[in-house]
Amino acid sequence: MSVFTIEAFLAILGLVLLMIEAFAPDISRRTLASLSIGGTALALILFFTVASHDTASLPAFVQPWMKLDSLAMFYKGLALVITLLVLWLMHECAPYLSKYTLDGRLSEMFSLPLIVCAGMMWMAAATDLVTVFVTLELVTVSFYVLVAFARKSTLALEAGVKYLILGALSTGILVFGIAWIYGATGSLSFEGISAALIKPETSKIPALLGAAFLLAGLGFKVAAAPFQSWVPDVYQGAPIPVTTFLSVGSKAAGFVVLTRTVESLMVEHSIIGPEVKALLLVLGALTVLLGSLPAIFQQSVKRLLGYSSISHAGYLILALACGDSVRTGMTSGGIVAFYLATYLPMTVLGFLVLAVLRVNGQGEDIRDFRGLGKRSPLLALALSLALASLAGLPLTAGFMGKLFVFISLVDQAYWGALVCATIGAATGFYYYFRTIVAIYSNEGSSSEPLKVNIASKFGAVVLAVTIIVLGVFPKPLQQTLSKPLEVAAKTH
Amino acid sequence: MSPLEIVILLPLIAALAIWLGAPARITSVGSALLNLLLVLGLAWNFKSASAGKAGFAYESARIVLDNPAISFGVGADGLAIILALLTALVAFAAVWQISADKPGIYHIASHLIAGGAFGAFLSTDVFFLYAFHELALIPTLIMIANHGHGDDEHRKSVAWKTTVYLGVGSLILLAGLVWLVLEFSSGGKLTFDLMALKAQAAATPLPEGKQATIAFILLLGFGTLVSLFPLHSWAAPAYAAAPTPVAMLHSGVLKKFGLYGLIRIVLPLLPQGFYCPCVQNALLFMLLGNILIMGFVTIHQKRLDDVLANSSVMHMGYIFLGLSAGTEIALRGAVLLMFAHGISIALLFGLAGRMRNQIGTLELNKLGGLGAHAPVFTVLFAFGAFASIGLPGLANFAGEVMIFLGSFTTFGSTSFGPLQWAVVGALWGVVMSAVYMLRAYRSIFHGTAMAGHFITDPGWSQRVPFVLLAAVLLIAGCCPWILLGLFKTDLATLTDAASTAIHSATKAVSH
Repeated sequence: MSVFTIEAFLAILGLVLLMIEAFAPDISRRTLASLSIGGTALALILFFTVASHDTASLPAFVQPWMKLDSLAMFYKGLALVITLLVLWLMHECAPYLSKYTLDGRLSEMFSLPLIVCAGMMWMAAATDLVTVFVTLELVTVSFYVLVAFARKSTLALEAGVKYLILGALSTGILVFGIAWIYGATGSLSFEGISAALIKPETSKIPALLGAAFLLAGLGFKVAAAPFQSWVPDVYQGAPIPVTTFLSVGSKAAGFVVLTRTVESLMVEHSIIGPEVKALLLVLGALTVLLGSLPAIFQQSVKRLLGYSSISHAGYLILALACGDSVRTGMTSGGIVAFYLATYLPMTVLGFLVLAVLRVNGQGEDIRDFRGLGKRSPLLALALSLALASLAGLPLTAGFMGKLFVFISLVDQAYWGALVCATIGAATGFYYYFRTIVAIYSNEGSSSEPLKVNIASKFGAVVLAVTIIVLGVFPKPLQQTLSKPLEVAAKTH
Repeated sequence: MSPLEIVILLPLIAALAIWLGAPARITSVGSALLNLLLVLGLAWNFKSASAGKAGFAYESARIVLDNPAISFGVGADGLAIILALLTALVAFAAVWQISADKPGIYHIASHLIAGGAFGAFLSTDVFFLYAFHELALIPTLIMIANHGHGDDEHRKSVAWKTTVYLGVGSLILLAGLVWLVLEFSSGGKLTFDLMALKAQAAATPLPEGKQATIAFILLLGFGTLVSLFPLHSWAAPAYAAAPTPVAMLHSGVLKKFGLYGLIRIVLPLLPQGFYCPCVQNALLFMLLGNILIMGFVTIHQKRLDDVLANSSVMHMGYIFLGLSAGTEIALRGAVLLMFAHGISIALLFGLAGRMRNQIGTLELNKLGGLGAHAPVFTVLFAFGAFASIGLPGLANFAGEVMIFLGSFTTFGSTSFGPLQWAVVGALWGVVMSAVYMLRAYRSIFHGTAMAGHFITDPGWSQRVPFVLLAAVLLIAGCCPWILLGLFKTDLATLTDAASTAIHSATKAVSH
């Protein structure tokens, strides 16, 4: 079975659900949710069982624009997993979210993520900048709607407007960059761009301008400094499931494109390789610092997770800047993918606990977490684990990703960036552990047990176990992701 | 499956079981007892298990990552088995003395700390060695912040200070370890396996300058964890504020991780760096700070918990002195003192905690005459206090004497160098110990009792942990060879490396 069929199925299912909602307004939320979740689960199962990994299996009309390498397959799987988790979170949050919509209904909430998922899956396989642009827009435009979904909340409206304006601006910058690149290299495909960039006769300044605008446009999407200022407000205002989707799904999609772009721009003997590398190092170091230093002062856990998401993007950009790591046998893209795979369970777990608190009528501030250890020992432990993993504590998933990034930085002897990354990691310990201490502190606003349904408990346990397994036994994941380098070595 | 894996996992499983709702006290004490028996059995069997082996006994390794090569490897040499014994003893005593009215988190935290300490001491992989220590630190900090002594503001600030110190220390340590791994894995593949690193270090040692730099970074990292002067100021307030079982486990067991790391990693891998004159002189300066400056600080303390906490910082200086001499006798003394100090300080903190529960204060000038109503308690406290001073017959004395003798004659050299001067200075520490410990003992147990302030002797069941620790002090003090017999094969390689390094250093100086 072709992967494309699965993706098309998801997109069509999304459209069908949208139609059902429009023409059958009496249909219950539960039906829509189960259709949507069921469809994604089916797609996930099909993807991991019968989907073909061969580019030749794609329909002929998409073959020029898409290629199924292992990186693409990995990100497609990641997109499916996160979409399924987000849809489930939406279902969990529905009771409180429906208070904030005009008509008390949530129907688009269950159809748009399917379209986003299809977009992210296509993006993962894109081989040229036009496909990237189209799929990126498919994802981003859906997100404009999702972010502003809780219409009655002023915070959500503010978030929606900010995201729309800055997103549109960044799209403009991205297209501008694509145009410069096309002008300089005469090509829109990643292969064509790298082929042109190793020719000495290619003019350097236009290519450099194009690269800079391209990186700036993509920097908005992945929340890299200095284009990160939208993140805290948007994360705070958007509904919790959408914030989760933004911080994992949208970020992963941004990074797969960034990986491919950077790989083609920094191809060996590229005329602009050193400049792009320097730019990425500066951006990455700045992103780590601007993500972690302001996080110290945050009182809202949602904003805290927003800043943490920025600093994690910084480590990923640094990993891309370092290039392939011969010592660990991983490509820079592989390290980024590994990091994102470990980032998924910890972030989703963090937002899941936030969602449960929200459903129980609690706020999102650190002080609302006080006494959580007594009110729900399970969620308290799971959240502590997620935060410890975000901080990069050994034996949790978060440590391994950071270890690869730090080894790359040391190997390349980028001491300045290493110092910034270390400062970021050290401050991370402070602000994540401040939350953990609050969780286990004695005095709480209330001490009655939280109502946690069995699905949330199950989800929290699964995610927590995933964090530990990835932290203690990362070998299988790393092996899946170190294949690209071996293939590349053989072809050279 | 290696029995050592069971030793590490048992406390963690016990903590999980208590968290899931198993009866706290029975599960906790039962698993600690089981583990103590298991470790005793392993120590008993150690000679035959390690016979004819160059490396570790009870070895096993499970690969968790291929490149960089990380494996969950466990194994025990004499040093590891001695420290595992210390952990098992203190953990058992610590969970036994937790009173029934305390919440289950006391048991959970104690078992997590013990499990982390076992893991750190028994791992043969640098990554897990580091990771397990971190695992043990977190419950320590959370317990100080949320269940410690003193008012809310005070213990929060103490907890943060400790977190910052230990967090930064751990990061420096991690940086040093990663550097070490990168330097010694020049064959293209990174490995965290201690034996592979050792083999590489023996085959192609690093140049001395680089060794000295890495050794100094590691000394700072490990030193912060052991409260080496001037990186010590977190330790005393933290122990004074920590709940009793946490104070016992951290000061008794977990703090030894830093010293263990120096013996396990720095001495064999970077001998020329650690024993080069610049690192040595810096270390001697710092350890004299521990002994002399902290000695005076301890004399001036007004509360028993502060006296104990500061004395614990001070005594680390002697162990550092033993490492810095590097001779066979000094190293054996250092290991023995690690064990002895762990037992004695755990005993003292445990008794002080009981005293605080009964009369609510540990201010020395408000106490007095407590001995009249509690003779057993007084005798038990005397065991801990006299051991801590270094009274012959108790374990600490044997360790200290060996360190002083071993440091004075360094590998047959007759010159009177910085090390010998340091020994002369350190000897005064013994006098200071006697001053503060005897003074504290006198003002608590002798004299006239304050109105309404009295303590009762512990009941038979409550005596168990304290009697056990006191008995261990006596046995190890009278027959130190029982322990030191375990620490033989690994010692030879250490002293060889040290003597070569010191000889080459002195040659370089005399040229």
